[in-house]
Amino acid sequence: MAVISRGFSGRRRGGGEALPPGQYLTTDFPVLSAGPTPRVDLDRWELTLTSESGQRRDWSWGQLQALPAQDVTVDLHCVTRWSKLGTAWRGVCLDTLLDGVDTDAAYALVDCYGGYTTNLPLADLRGGRAWVAYGYDGAPLAPEHGGPARLLVPHLYLWKSAKWVHGITLRTSDSPGFWESVGYHNYGDPWREQRYWDA
Amino acid sequence: MTWRVGTVVGRRQESATAVTLVLQVPGWPGHLAGQHVDVRLTAEDGYTATRSYSVASAPDGERVELVVESVVDGEVSPYLTGAVVVGDPLELRGPVGGWFVWRPEQTEPVTLVAGGSGVVPLAAMLRARARAGSDADVRLVYSVRSADQLCFGDELRALAGDGFTPVYTRTAPPGWPRPAARLDAATLAGATWPADRHPSCYVCGPTGFVEAVADLLIEAGHDPARVRTERFGPSGGNG
Repeated sequence: MAVISRGFSGRRRGGGEALPPGQYLTTDFPVLSAGPTPRVDLDRWELTLTSESGQRRDWSWGQLQALPAQDVTVDLHCVTRWSKLGTAWRGVCLDTLLDGVDTDAAYALVDCYGGYTTNLPLADLRGGRAWVAYGYDGAPLAPEHGGPARLLVPHLYLWKSAKWVHGITLRTSDSPGFWESVGYHNYGDPWREQRYWDA
Repeated sequence: MTWRVGTVVGRRQESATAVTLVLQVPGWPGHLAGQHVDVRLTAEDGYTATRSYSVASAPDGERVELVVESVVDGEVSPYLTGAVVVGDPLELRGPVGGWFVWRPEQTEPVTLVAGGSGVVPLAAMLRARARAGSDADVRLVYSVRSADQLCFGDELRALAGDGFTPVYTRTAPPGWPRPAARLDAATLAGATWPADRHPSCYVCGPTGFVEAVADLLIEAGHDPARVRTERFGPSGGNG
């Protein structure tokens, strides 16, 4: 039973149907990170993909750039309640990175330069819904927003789109990542408002 | 996580733009210093708006204090700072967040660096430290534009003693020894624990401030894993 806030009518800023419940629109690009922004030297940068059997693929920065890139325009929804619509990214689709990988894994654990981790079902990395992004708005991705490269999984809350992505490990069992271990939802669907674990 | 209905039992003006709301929340499960809560407002037609606010108080039974900084053109904060009076009910849920927290069992030195209203969760840590009788060494650097923006000034001086360093970025009070300027490496180094004491560092404030301070701490040799940050965006993520 909701308590009516006497005299409150609200601002009802735009966004309409495009906004998941409990979100408000922003036009700038807030930064949320748990720690300092890591600085990653492109000469030493690598991305690894490790299957549950230990088979490993890796890409250098140059190798990643040589893969077919996609330009995508997506909406971002942060669990801290801002949403930013129509953001333009450039990156490599996870389907490309996963192509031909022999796996029965159902989950992925993503680790990052700086130590951040996040987990998600492998299915959410497939089907043209996830990218390793290195361009934003026509320019290289800035470090505070996850550059040189970050995961981009816009159909989930933004903490799943891990900044400074370094490795993706495919797993047969699920294992909570950084925010998932301290009270945030394991899956994080903004349209179902899965912000927190119901402890 | 369930919504609870608290009652506003007190309010204090903390600065020109910030107000403390003291809430009595039946069934409050307790919180850690540094955690935040969601506050929900509901209009008569059922429209709701929710924002997160840091808890300013040390754990204290069912009592929870929030500090709300009124954001120009904000949807929720002007209502909370301007319209809410003692006796009003207020819906909230939490506590939320288990990373940017200080626990009384921590014994290592603590460096706290606040920009503007980022002081709130850090004040909660100082209050929790005092309440727990902790001996953890603490230093606090608090950057504000001018003295009228300073929250909890006398209390922070009492809680942190000589470890408290206010930094004025636009206008320094008359007779203040340091001219108004942004927090720089030398000031930060002089007012915080050196890296070889392996402090836990907590940095909270606007994005640009947190980025700059975290970078300075890393350059000064601090282990990135011991630097915890909490940022609010340029739009006033707490609107």
